[in-house]
Amino acid sequence: MYTFSSKLKTFSLVLIILGALGMGYGFFTAPKTTDDVKEMLHHADEAHETDTHEATAQISAEEEQSHLEHALHQAQNRPWTAFFIPAFFFLMIAVLVLVFYAIQWAAQAGWSIVLFRVMEAITAYILPGSILLFIFILASGMHFNHMYAWMADGTFDPTSENYDAIIDGKSWWLNTSGWMIRGFIYLFAYNIFRWILRKNSIALDTSNDISIYKKNFNFAIIFIVIFAIFELFMSFDWLMSLDPHWYSQLYSFYVFSSMIVSGITVIAMVTIYLKHKGFIPFVNDSHIHDLAKYMFGFSIFWAYFFFDQFMLQWYANIPEETAYFMPRLLGSYQPIFIGMIVINFVFPFLILMDSDFKRTPWFVLTAGMLILIGHYMDIFQLISPATVGNHWSFGIPEIASLAFFLGLFIFVVFTALTKAPLHAKGNPFMKESEIYHY
Amino acid sequence: MSHYEAPIREPIILGDKTYHDISNDIAAPIEGKANTWWWVVFSIASFALLWGIGAIAYTIGTGIGVWGLNNKINWAWDITNFVWWVGIGHAGTLISAVLLLFRQKWRMGINRSAEAMTIFAVIQAAIFPVIHMGRVWNAYWVMPIPNQFGSLWTNFNSPLLWDVFAISTYLSVSLVFWYTGLLPDFAMIRDRATKPFQKKIYSLLSFGWSGTAKDWQRFEEVSLVLAGLATPLVLSVHTIVSFDFATSVIPGWHSTIYPPYFVAGAVFSGFAMVQTLLIIMRKVSNLEDYITRLHIENMNKVILLTGGIVMVAYLSEFFVGWYSGSSYEDFTYLSVGAATGPYWWAFWILIFCNGIFPQLLWFKKLRTNFTVSFIMAILINIGMWFERFDIIVINLSRGHLPSTWAQFSPTFVDIGIYIGTIGFFFVLFLLYARTFPVVAQAEVKSILKASGDGYKRARNNK
Repeated sequence: MYTFSSKLKTFSLVLIILGALGMGYGFFTAPKTTDDVKEMLHHADEAHETDTHEATAQISAEEEQSHLEHALHQAQNRPWTAFFIPAFFFLMIAVLVLVFYAIQWAAQAGWSIVLFRVMEAITAYILPGSILLFIFILASGMHFNHMYAWMADGTFDPTSENYDAIIDGKSWWLNTSGWMIRGFIYLFAYNIFRWILRKNSIALDTSNDISIYKKNFNFAIIFIVIFAIFELFMSFDWLMSLDPHWYSQLYSFYVFSSMIVSGITVIAMVTIYLKHKGFIPFVNDSHIHDLAKYMFGFSIFWAYFFFDQFMLQWYANIPEETAYFMPRLLGSYQPIFIGMIVINFVFPFLILMDSDFKRTPWFVLTAGMLILIGHYMDIFQLISPATVGNHWSFGIPEIASLAFFLGLFIFVVFTALTKAPLHAKGNPFMKESEIYHY
Repeated sequence: MSHYEAPIREPIILGDKTYHDISNDIAAPIEGKANTWWWVVFSIASFALLWGIGAIAYTIGTGIGVWGLNNKINWAWDITNFVWWVGIGHAGTLISAVLLLFRQKWRMGINRSAEAMTIFAVIQAAIFPVIHMGRVWNAYWVMPIPNQFGSLWTNFNSPLLWDVFAISTYLSVSLVFWYTGLLPDFAMIRDRATKPFQKKIYSLLSFGWSGTAKDWQRFEEVSLVLAGLATPLVLSVHTIVSFDFATSVIPGWHSTIYPPYFVAGAVFSGFAMVQTLLIIMRKVSNLEDYITRLHIENMNKVILLTGGIVMVAYLSEFFVGWYSGSSYEDFTYLSVGAATGPYWWAFWILIFCNGIFPQLLWFKKLRTNFTVSFIMAILINIGMWFERFDIIVINLSRGHLPSTWAQFSPTFVDIGIYIGTIGFFFVLFLLYARTFPVVAQAEVKSILKASGDGYKRARNNK
């Protein structure tokens, strides 16, 4: 049995408390009126010496007011964006670990059984993570923020000056109530399947009943099928609709690849930590090696999807589509955009190429840290350009939210590890996994 | 301990086999005489090949005006067949390289034939772009060679040129991979051969393989490196093929999902073709103990998985086409307009053959049934042919200007060339089945003690 070390527990609690305080600060200091924004923009202009000030001086008062309102919404979105990014990131890590876990069941894999309890513990975060994300969904749907531009008043009203014919054409899909119900269904399904798979896996510990194994095998397959469909619409709903005019058929595959590599990386990091502490002596170098291979492989997989989506839109060069890449490739998000390609593809590719490196824990940890940072940047650039706009920064609200969710993630996962033996002994493939050597 | 395998895994080699039994079983089709069925099928295939050669000769002699193409639909059957064959060629590399990396032992019963099928399918594929050039004697112009050799400098912005490199790389790596695996098996045939001429041929083919530890060590190293090289190739070939359509069919129209979706579809169709060939071969060549019900079931599972990915891609394509709000999307491939337009029948053949019928494989009874698997494999092959046909012809038949809208109907030459390539494919495959070790016996022997039925029973009864 694992005992949660008090040092790590304190660390996670400190992260949660400091993070919560910082997030509160972010919400509290967000501008309330257009006057606040005016002052803020003024400061920014002075600091950057851009020519926007001159340009704004020439436009009419009415236009300036609408411009200021837009800027106000973006500034008010900042703490919400800071909340959404880590909430989504950590929840998706837990969900994708559940998917990876379900794949192990469905494929009747023999190598990974010794890692099952680690994977199950990570998926424990799905419940608290879903609740927090659902709060965000409720808040967005009830207009506490301006994260989703299509939810603005008058978007679907032909008489309003906010009317947007293109978005109105999508109202059969993009409508607030449907969006919130779908969000609930996705989250509910993930939680149900997590609960079933975990319950049966624990039940196998004490009984050698092969029917429990078969039940989990079937549920794993059902979950994979349901997830494949839900993930498609979930990515469209939560992320792609942030830019409601833009679309890409590959989008959900791209989000999937980004999050599954992060999920597998977290499995590897938690495994290495537990092994280092001596709790899982039955895990050997070959298991780490295989996890690292998946990190390597899925990093390339991500790069492949990135390239496909980017290249086809770049090659077609249609304004409606390239508008999406303007702030990212050429605008203020350029360092994040270029940086994440290097961190997510070039580094893992070089670091994890050699098979000896894949068996060396600190190499895997280094690559893992880079992968997690890189994919956090990826999620950041998927969300921020649409919500915060060009005047983004990585300050107290962003760091605090990251700290809060990281602390919560560590706390939940390591608490879950103490709940069950780390050796899933009832699984019929356990012996294959224990003697596994590559 | 190293031969341990969980008792609930089914055996991969049936019967109480010894190493010598394996050698005998696999050498039997080569050492024995061909039966009547082989001659019957071979004659039909040769006849189809001859017909195809005639159609190609007529095309080259007269020009590609003899095809059913018109101003609007300027490529149809040729590119459809090209992509269909390249797609079929995907399963071989997936089985030999990707399943090797996933350490799937069941691949050893089928990898040799799947790789052979790959090579033969890519050869068929290569025929189509070459004859579509019209003046086939200038085919080397697709290579970037300097102008003084009479060529025009190639256009590197064109995905068709990327295809030239992608396919030729794929063919070379597949060929080398396949041949490397054949070396120990050729040596086995050589050592058993009794006729001097046969011995001479197989000793040449086996490159003097001696079976020493050093030979095996090099063999393993080369196999691993080639598997590493071949895996990205599985993705790259069909990615490039998908770019042909995603960048060029209709200006301004594209779908970003094409690359992974084409790859999944290719593996899907490739496995269906492997299934078609192996269900027959296991009977004709008496290999039922090596290509078992479990192999067929596992291949059906791969078909379900890749078919599922294809279905999710269809869903994404259809949904986003609708979601985009672009009225043009109402006419393209996978839209309401395509489902109800003049090519509604092609649309629904695609949906039924690729999407709906394969769902029957969820039932264990059906996916372990040889007849059902065989029929399903044929249906998928038809469905995947129509997928490419739909992408090209439906899209081209509905250009941006309604005045350019046109229909396509094939001529007997189009059909003749297509049937000719099917004949050529089977001629090659039948010759292979009589002269090559069709199961990788050296690899199968390595898993006999872990996964052989006799050994498993002995271990479990202990």
